[in-house]
Order: sequence, then structure tokens, then C-alpha cells
Amino acid sequence: MKTENQKGWFFILPVMLLVAFNALVPLMTVVNYSVQETFGNNVFFWHGVGWFEDVLHSERFHAALGRQLLFTGTILAIEVPLGVAIALAMPKKGPWVPVCLVLMALPLLIPWNVVGAMWNIFALPDIGLLGRMINGMGIDYNMTQQPWAAWFTVILMDVWHWTSLVVLLAYAGLIAIPDAYYQAAKIDGAGPWAVFRHIQLPKMKKVLTIAVLLRFMDSFMIYTEPFVLTGGGPGNSTTFLSIDLVKIALGQFDLGPAAAMSLIYFVITLLVSWVFYTVMTRDEAQ
Amino acid sequence: MQRLKPLAPILYILFLMLPIYWLVNMSFKTTNEILGSFSLWPQEFTLANYRTIFTDPTWYMGYYNSLLYVSINTTISVAAALPAAYAFSRYRFLGDKHLFFWLLTNRMAPPAVFALPFFQLYSAVGLFDTHIAVALAHCLFNIPLAVWILEGFMSGVPKELDETAYVDGYSFPRFFFRIFMPSISAGIGVAAFFCFMFSWVELLLAKTLTAVAAKPIAATMTKTASSAGYELGLLAAAGCLTIIPGAFVIYFVRNYIAKGFALGRV
Amino acid sequence: MAKIGLKALRHSYHPNPQAEADWALRRIDLDWDDGGAYALLGPSGCGKTTLLNIISGLVVPTEGRVLFDERDVTALPPDQRHIAQVFQFPVIYDTMSVYDNLAFPLRNRGVAEDRVDARVREIAEMLELSDMLKTRAAGLAADSKQKISLGRGLVRDDVNVIMFDEPLTVIDPHLKWKLRSKLKELHQKVRVTMIYVTHDQTEALTFADQVVVMQEGEIVQIGSPVELFERPAHTFVGHFIGSPGMNVLPCEVRDGGAFFRGHHVQVGEGVGHTSGARRLEIGVRPEYVSFAESGIPAAVVKVADAGRHRIVELSADGSRIHLLAPAGGAIPEGAVHVRFDPARTRVYADGWLAGREDAR
Repeated sequence: MKTENQKGWFFILPVMLLVAFNALVPLMTVVNYSVQETFGNNVFFWHGVGWFEDVLHSERFHAALGRQLLFTGTILAIEVPLGVAIALAMPKKGPWVPVCLVLMALPLLIPWNVVGAMWNIFALPDIGLLGRMINGMGIDYNMTQQPWAAWFTVILMDVWHWTSLVVLLAYAGLIAIPDAYYQAAKIDGAGPWAVFRHIQLPKMKKVLTIAVLLRFMDSFMIYTEPFVLTGGGPGNSTTFLSIDLVKIALGQFDLGPAAAMSLIYFVITLLVSWVFYTVMTRDEAQ
Repeated sequence: MQRLKPLAPILYILFLMLPIYWLVNMSFKTTNEILGSFSLWPQEFTLANYRTIFTDPTWYMGYYNSLLYVSINTTISVAAALPAAYAFSRYRFLGDKHLFFWLLTNRMAPPAVFALPFFQLYSAVGLFDTHIAVALAHCLFNIPLAVWILEGFMSGVPKELDETAYVDGYSFPRFFFRIFMPSISAGIGVAAFFCFMFSWVELLLAKTLTAVAAKPIAATMTKTASSAGYELGLLAAAGCLTIIPGAFVIYFVRNYIAKGFALGRV
Repeated sequence: MAKIGLKALRHSYHPNPQAEADWALRRIDLDWDDGGAYALLGPSGCGKTTLLNIISGLVVPTEGRVLFDERDVTALPPDQRHIAQVFQFPVIYDTMSVYDNLAFPLRNRGVAEDRVDARVREIAEMLELSDMLKTRAAGLAADSKQKISLGRGLVRDDVNVIMFDEPLTVIDPHLKWKLRSKLKELHQKVRVTMIYVTHDQTEALTFADQVVVMQEGEIVQIGSPVELFERPAHTFVGHFIGSPGMNVLPCEVRDGGAFFRGHHVQVGEGVGHTSGARRLEIGVRPEYVSFAESGIPAAVVKVADAGRHRIVELSADGSRIHLLAPAGGAIPEGAVHVRFDPARTRVYADGWLAGREDAR
């Protein structure tokens, strides 16, 4: 088992320094800004929880949060079942498996702005294949003008981009199941649904938790892809939390509100992730 | 029903390849052709876009910059994570569980929260617009991930290995480099893969911390999109070229993808 | 209950088998009687698991037929053959309670719930699982889990045969004998045909009425544990069974007599049937080798204490001979003579007991 050894601190020093430098210092800055007000010229006044109140009561924040939750909920509802379904349909071994996995993994390694640009080119009604196809079917589809089209495209893009992560994780969990389980199920007369419910799903629980956790976290923080695709529009119909925050922070340089919003945002992410993490490690310990 | 089963992965892969094909298609067309007509393959096949990228420093330096800071980041992240993961795996010390969790929370931090503070921080220490700045900034989320992955793999190596080495007279550094690291080589590969991946794809911080000298390809591309009209053909070609390093890396780790993706913890 | 017949069975995992080595099962013809307790014994890779899976239907043989009560079931899938199988490691449904695990096969077949309840309780009683029925199966120890696996096979009353594929592999050593006795006890009570695959001779010899010894895809001998021990039909059987195994010594046959390194050996069986054989050997178990005033000269090399007896290793002209000596008493040292009990000494031609008609 593990030995008691305070020397451990020495080992983690490089990591602590690097992460602390990148995390603590900026965080302190943000906290600092969130409780102060400035009228310019680098002069700051104490503002207490004023900015927090403003943000928490602001329509703009609620709207952005609402959009974000809708987005995250939708993509989770699509990507997790879809990913699992594809993993289930994949062969367990054979020469095609590496080929399939490599092709599926490709979207995961494309720089996020290229993903956005690619879908931009793909979905525009005049020059894009998808745009042309949908309009050709008689549906008036233009993501630069119609909010529903923008949402549709953003979600489709995310599904395209990240479902493979779920597929790969689910697949890893599936191939770890020994053959004997399937053989026993056959002998017990269990049908495919029973096999899924009683053997595959329970054995995939751990990987699925990781997948859901990762997808929740990353989709909640999403910035680049939708920004490049729609710029947050039309209007602000696809302005999610990160996009809104960057607009306020780097665009308007409203340091106070931006900082307060940052902290609220961070805390929400932290809370939900902590819940997931606890559930995950509690099952591991069992 | 059995014969229909491979249909799902095949359809899915076709779906994945479609936008990529469209991008490749555009990269071989001139911007005029793209805007003027619509066709499934280039009517006037041209390599002009690619030629521009390979000859214009503003473009190819973008790739160079990106690859450079990604490599630096991967190296730093894995190198720092190795001893830390070893400590978390083998030792119990004051606050270890809380520290581990705190590390993971950094992976959960929205980059947007850090955009402005990072800008100010790195400017303050005079590292603005350097490769090392982006490399260090990406450590924020890559190091926790690397530690998590490596710790998982290390826990799979029995402690007896360490003890045997000491009994055999190995000093700790020698043991670590000659015995321990080879035994978790798959884990190091997986960690390096993920560090590469998340650093290569990230745009927000990379753009915020650079201006000219270390400008990543991502920033060059967005600049093209916004300034002086859309040079679509060029954009498409640039995009296509960014896919290549990723494809290359996946190909390398293809045998580990199925297993390694379980992050050693499944 | 059913009689199981295997006719001209051959199996290869290669799509196009060329050489002998490509075949996992070379040729099996075998009949299993209704209600018997059988063991399939052999080293790893001898084909016993393949044979088991062919009987259960998890593998379709390349050639040959499988008959249940004269009915050809070769093409039938496992769930239609009415068989049960217990695997090397416990296979249980993690999310279900012990009760639900045992009820699962019955519910899948649409059995009425009150009948299910009766059967589950009956089997749980037999396996001493009654007080854990409501517990989640996932949290139990390995031996309880194996009992549940076994239970799922026993709950169905239409089971023709229960097969065990090295079921004690993951069980703690001090629990192994308990589970083994339980299995034997169950067989006496339930009288279902049971086939137990193992590489451990103790498990095989204590459980089975009839043991089928396999090597390299072929059946080498079938017999009761006593027969296998007393009269091995093949040097492999003699070597594999018993600890230490049978002594196998090179020999020549001249003028109707057997000779080991020039010394005449009184042999009980096999001398007259050695024509045409390329390799001749004498087989005699260490239990039947003793020190003597005259006989075959040998030198004592090593004495090992095995508790109830001692194993003496001797060297005779380059060959090694093992001898079993009682626990007490003196062991002669240096140069000695040994003799073999003629009734238990036999000649083997090319590995097979010379002159045995039904050698295969």
C-alpha cells in the first residue's frame, strides 16, 4: 500500500508551481476585480458584492446561462446514447477496428477554430454542401439569419465534433467485458435487450461516467467553435456563457462584472463536476 | 439484424468525413470559383492556395509556432506530471487527496475566465507573445490531465517492483528511469497524446497570449476570415493542413486507442 | 437428462487447416452416459475447453456430430440444448440480487412466478445461499458467486448436462475442497450428467466416476480414477496422474523378455506386442519400486520428504528412477539395487500400452 512519506511534497513541487502560477495568481486577480470598482486610471474602490448582485440579477446573464444549459442538456442527450449505440455496433476485433477508430478519432484532433470554420463553409446556404442540401429540400435554412438554424448547426457541429469521444470511451469499456458473460447470457436464454441492461450497461458505468463528466465540463465551457461558426448570433441567440464572458471582459473591458461573472461561472462548473466526481469515486471505492 | 450492425459505424464515419471532404474540396478551388459556382469537385483544380501557405511566412510560421508551443507544452506537462503522479500513487502525505482533487478542478476551469487575467499576468512577467507563454498557460489544464492519466497507470504497477529494485541496489533516479518508466510506457504515450491533443486544438488562450512572434495558425486563420473579405480557398487549405498533424498522431497511437482511452482506469 | 454422443468430432480454429497442428481436436468419438460424473483432464491447450464448448454449443465443430439422446444437436445454439455451464471466473449479473440471479434463467423462459420462487428457494437451500437471497450479488466473495453461477444451472429442470470449465480457479485454496465436496454431494442428489474440465488431477480424481484424459486434441484414456492410476494406457497418463508420476524408462525387447540397460526386468504385460514399434519403454509407478538385494543397480541421488512418505530419486545408467519409501526407517545410501513389482510393470510401445486393444 502507500507509505507515509512527506517526501511526496517534493515530488509534486514542479506541478504545484506550474499549476499554481497559472491558477492561483489569475484567480486572485479575478477575485480582486470582482469586489472592486474602477473609474479608470487604475484607481480602485471597494465594491463588495455589488458586481455579484448585478450579475446574478442581470437579464443578460440569465439568458446566457439559460442558453448554455439548453445547449449542454441537448448535446448530452444526443451524444451519450448515440456514442454508446455506435460503440455497441462496432465489431469487437478484426482488421477493420483500428481503421474505424482512427477515422472516428479524427474530428477530435482538429483545432477548434478549424472545426468552426469548416462547419461555417459547410453549412452556409450559398456555398455549403449542407446548406444547399437542406434548402434544396424546400426548408428555408440560413444560420446567419435564423436562430433555429444557428442552433441546429451548432448542435450538429458539436455532435459531429465530440460524439467520437463517447464512442471511444464506451468501446474501451465494452471490449473489457470477458466473453464468458455473453456465453452465460446465451445459456441463460437472455435476449439482446437483457444482455444490454444486465451485462453491458453495468460494466460500462465507469467509462460512461467519465464520458458524461468530460462532455458536461467541456460543453459548459465551450467558446471557440460556436464563436467561429456563428459569432454568437444571429443577434445573441447562440451566445453561450463563455462567449458572453469574453465579450464583456475583453470586448468591453468591464472588469468588475466580468470578474464576478467569471467566479459565478467557475463555481457552477465546480459544483456540478464535484457531484459527478464524488459519485464516480464512490463507486470505485465500493 | 446481425448483418445490419456494421451499418451504424459506417454511416457515422461517412457523416464524419463529409465536412472534411467539403473542406478539402474547397481548398483546391479558387475563392472566385467557390463564390461563383457550386460543385462537388473543383472545376478548375488549383494548388494556388497551398502554394501561398507554403511560401508566405505569415502562414507557415503559424504552423511552426503552433507545433512549437504544443511540443514544449507536452514535454513540460509530462515531465512535471511524472514525479507528481508517482507521489500520488505511492505515497501518503499531508493533504494528498485534497490536492489531487484541486488539480482536477483546474481541468474544469473555463478558459474564458482566465483570458483576461492571463493576458495581464503574462504581460506583467514579460512573456507576452512568446511560445513559452502559451506552453505554460496550457499547463493549467494539461498537467492535471497528465497527472490523472499517469497516476492511473502507475497504480497498476505493483509496489513490489519498486522494492525489488531497491533491494537490488538501484538508486531512486536509476530505478525511475530504467525500470519504472518503461513499465508505464503506454501510460506516458497516452498522457502525451492527450496533452498534444488539447494543446493543439485550443484557441482562446493561444490567441490571447500572442500577437505576432508566436502567433499560432489558429489566429492567422481567424485574421484572414475577418480582414479584407473571405479568402475562402486559402482558409480551406490552411484548415486542411491543420488536420494533418492530428491524423499523424492518431495513426501513431492507433493500437492504444481502444485500450488507452480507458485512461488506464477501466 | 440425456445421453451425449460425440461422433467423429474434429475441430480447428483455422479457416483452412493444413497440418495436424492446426487441429485443436484431432478425432473424438465418445459416449457419455446419463447422470454420470465425468472429468475431462489434461494439460493446458489439450483441447478440453474446446470440447466442452462444442458440447454446450458455444462452438460449432468443423467436422462431426453431437448427439443428445440420439438427436443431432450439432447446429443447435446453447439455449436450445438445455445445458448449463459454470465458467472459470464467476459470471453473475452485478445489478441483481442473488434471488434475481437465480430466477433469471427461469424468467427468461416464461416460467410462472410462483414456480420460480419455489425453485429458487429449493436451489438456494441446496447451495447454502438461503440467507443471502436479498443481497446484491456483486458484493459477495468468489466462492458464493460461483455457487450462484452453479445455481443458475440447477434451477432449470430441463437441464441435460452441467459443464464446469475449471470452476475453482479463482477460489481460495482453503475453500476449494469445500466447494469440491459440495459439487460431489450435489451430483449424488441431483443425478444430472456433469462434465468437469480441469488440469488439476486432484479435482478430477475426487469428483469423477469416469475420467477422460486428453492430450493434444485426442482422448488418451477413459476410465475410473483407480483404473487410470493402476493401469495407464499411455505414458502420458502415467506421467500426468500421481505425484510423482510414473517412471518411464527406455527398454529393449529381446527373446520375449524386456531389458532395461541390459538388465532383465520382469514385466506383467505388453512384452509380446511390441513388433513395429519405434520406441519402447517400461512404465512403473514409484509406489511399486522397492529396494532389493539384487536387481537393477542404481545410486541414490536425493531424498525428498513429502510428509506421509518420502520420494527417493535414484540414478541408473543415466536414467532417473523415483521410488516411494515409507516415512520412518532408514534409506540405504550410495549404490543400491531396486526391483519393480512385475504385476505393475508394463511395456509401452510408442507411448501406448503395448497390446492394449482399445488403446484409443
